[in-house]
Amino acid sequence: MKRKLTMIQAITEAMDQKMAEDSRVMLLGEDIGVNGGVFRATDGLLEKYGPDRVVDTPLAESGLIGSAIGLALNGLIPVVEIQFLAFIYPGFEQVVSHAARMRYRTRGQRHVPMVIRTPYGAGIRGPELHSESVESFFAHVPGLKVVVPATPYDAKGLLIAAMEDPDPVLFLEPTKLYRAFKEEVPEEMYRVPIGKAKVVREGSDISLFAWGAMLRVAEEAAKQMEREQGISCEVVDLRTIYPLDRDAIVKSVKKTGRALVVHEAHKTAGMGAEIISLINDEALIYLKAPVKRVTGFDVPVPQFCIEDAYLPTPARVRKGILETVSF
Amino acid sequence: MTSLYQVLSPAGELTADLRGKLDEATMVRMYENMVLVRAFDRKAINLQRQGRIGTYAPFEGQEAAQVGSAMALRPGDWLFPTYRDHAAAIIHGQSLTRVLLYWMGHMEGSISPEGKNIMPPCVPIATQMLHAVGTAWASKIKREKQVSFAFFGDGATSEGDFHEALNFAGVFKTPTIFFCQNNEFAISVPFSRQSASRTIAQRAAAYDIPGVRIDGNDVFAVWLTVKEAIDRALAGEGPTLIEAMTYRYGAHTTADDPKKYRDQERVVEEVRRERDPVQRLRVYLEQNGLWNEVKEAALLARVNEQIDRAVEEAESYPKSRPEDMFQHVYAAPVWMVREQEQELDQPAAREGIPA
Repeated sequence: MKRKLTMIQAITEAMDQKMAEDSRVMLLGEDIGVNGGVFRATDGLLEKYGPDRVVDTPLAESGLIGSAIGLALNGLIPVVEIQFLAFIYPGFEQVVSHAARMRYRTRGQRHVPMVIRTPYGAGIRGPELHSESVESFFAHVPGLKVVVPATPYDAKGLLIAAMEDPDPVLFLEPTKLYRAFKEEVPEEMYRVPIGKAKVVREGSDISLFAWGAMLRVAEEAAKQMEREQGISCEVVDLRTIYPLDRDAIVKSVKKTGRALVVHEAHKTAGMGAEIISLINDEALIYLKAPVKRVTGFDVPVPQFCIEDAYLPTPARVRKGILETVSF
Repeated sequence: MTSLYQVLSPAGELTADLRGKLDEATMVRMYENMVLVRAFDRKAINLQRQGRIGTYAPFEGQEAAQVGSAMALRPGDWLFPTYRDHAAAIIHGQSLTRVLLYWMGHMEGSISPEGKNIMPPCVPIATQMLHAVGTAWASKIKREKQVSFAFFGDGATSEGDFHEALNFAGVFKTPTIFFCQNNEFAISVPFSRQSASRTIAQRAAAYDIPGVRIDGNDVFAVWLTVKEAIDRALAGEGPTLIEAMTYRYGAHTTADDPKKYRDQERVVEEVRRERDPVQRLRVYLEQNGLWNEVKEAALLARVNEQIDRAVEEAESYPKSRPEDMFQHVYAAPVWMVREQEQELDQPAAREGIPA
C-alpha cells in the first residue's frame, strides 16, 4: 500500500527534506517554532533543525520579509511563513519594492531566492481577514512568481521547486485543502515545475480553469454536468498564477471551444480577466461562446456565517457551464 | 543619551587624546576624501542644472558623517546607502562614474564593484534597515566576520521599519550598525514634528541596544564611534544605533526649494561658519603641520581631474537601450517579458522614442 499524505503533511515533508539536503534553507515566521505554525506546517522541524534554522520571529511582517531579503542577499534561502495572506500587507512594500526588484536593479548581480508561504482562501470559518484570496495583487508585480497547489502531490513538488527557484516565489496554500483529503505522495524529493498547468480531467465541450480550493469545485461541477447533462468538461489546474501556462490554456480552449474560469478572488481585476484576455489574444476564433467567469463577488470576503454564499459553488459553476454551452 | 560625543571641536581643536586611536595619515585621508566628495556633489548639482543628469540629491554638509563612517568599514562589510549617501558609497569603493550613471537614469547605475557589498541606493524610507538586519544575520549564521551598515535619516525614524529593524536586530543580536544622519529635516518637516523624542539615540534604550549621539560633522567622532560599533558587532555583542547630528546645506533634491520651509540663506551660512565638517578638519590639520596651501591646491587639482574624468566616462558610457528593460526581471525570462521585448522591435514601438 502506497503512502498517503494530506496537503499540510506534504508541505511539512517538502521543507523537512529540503532542509536536510541544503543547509542554506531556513524557516522564519510567527509561531512556527515550538508551536509548529498555526496550521502545524512546521511541526517537528524546530526539534530537528534547531532554533537557528526554524526561527520564531517577532510579530512583524515587514520585519520578517525585510530581514529575509537580507538573509537571501547574503547567501541563505529563507522560507517565510505569513500566518494568513491578509497579514502580509505590512510587508507588501518589502515584497514588491525590494524582493521583486533586486535582480532588476542590480542587473542580475544580486537576487533574492526566497519563498513566502501563506495559507489563503475562504471556507474554513475563519475570523475576519483570515480568508482573502488576493493573488492578483502579486501577479501584477514583475519579478515575483505566484504558485498555488491544489493537491498534496503538487504541494510537495511545487514547494521544493519554489525553494530551488532563484527568484522570489509567493506560495499560496489553500487553507481549506490542508486536511481535506489524502493522496499518494512519493517519499523521495521531486519537483513539479513552476509555470506548468495540469489537465486533471479531459473533456470536449468546455474548459474549466481553476486553482487552489476552486479546483475541487470545478471538478465537482464537471462530474455533475457529465452525469446529468452529458456535457463533457475539461478541467485544468493552473497551479501557477504567474507566469500563467499560456500553452496549456490555449491548447485546451482550441480543443473545446468554450471556457470558464473559476476563482474565489473578487471578480474585478481578478486573474480570470487576465485569462480571458489571453484567450482573446490567442484563441478567439476557436470560441463558440463568450468566456465566463464564476468568482467571488466584488465585496470584502464576508463574515463566515455567509462565506459559503460568497464562494463559487458547484451549482454556480454548473449554471455558468450551461449558459456557455447553450450560448 | 542627550549628550553629544565630540572629539574635534568646530574650531578645529581636539577635545580628547587620540594617540594610538587615529593616526595622522588617516586624518589626512579623511580630509582628502571629504574634499573629493564635496567637489563631486557641487559638480553633480551643476550637471543637473545643465540637464546632463536627472534630479539629484545633494549631501553637502554631511561629508563627515558619510566619509568617517565609510572609512571605518572594512572592505567586505555591507553598505546600505539611501539616495543621499553616495559619498559613503564612493568611499566604500563605488566609482564616481557609477554614481553619475545612477543619477543619469542609467540601467546600470546600481551595480556594485566586484567583491564589494554596496547595495543600490534605497529610495523607500527605512526599508533598507531590515535588509541590513538580514545580511548581518546571515553573516552571523555563516560565522563570517562582516558587519552590515545601514544609513537612514531622521525622517526614517518615524517609519515602522525603523522600529522593526531595531527590534529584530536586538532580538537576534545581529552585527548591524544603524547610522542615522539627523540633518534636522525630512524634506521640509523638522525633527520636532517627526517625534516628541528629544533624541533618536534614546530610542535604543527601548530595544536594549547601545545608542549614541554624536557630532556628525566631526569626522573623528564618527570614525571612532563606528569603529567601536564594528568591534562590538564582531565580538557578538549585537547592533548599535548611532545618531549623527548634521545638516544638509542644500535642497532635499534639485527639484526642491528649501526656502519654502526654512530661512535657508541665514541658517546655512550660520552652520557653514560654525559647524562645517570640512573646514574644522582643515584647521586642525594646518595647525598640526599636516596641511598647507600647496597641498590644498594640489588636492583640488587632483579631485577636479578625477571628477572630470568620471563625468567624461559616464557621458561616453554606452546608453541604456530600450531592450535592456527586459533583462534581469527573472533568472530565466518568462514568456510575457520575452514576447513584449519582441513587440519593441516593431516600428510602431520605436516611433517617437529617441534612439
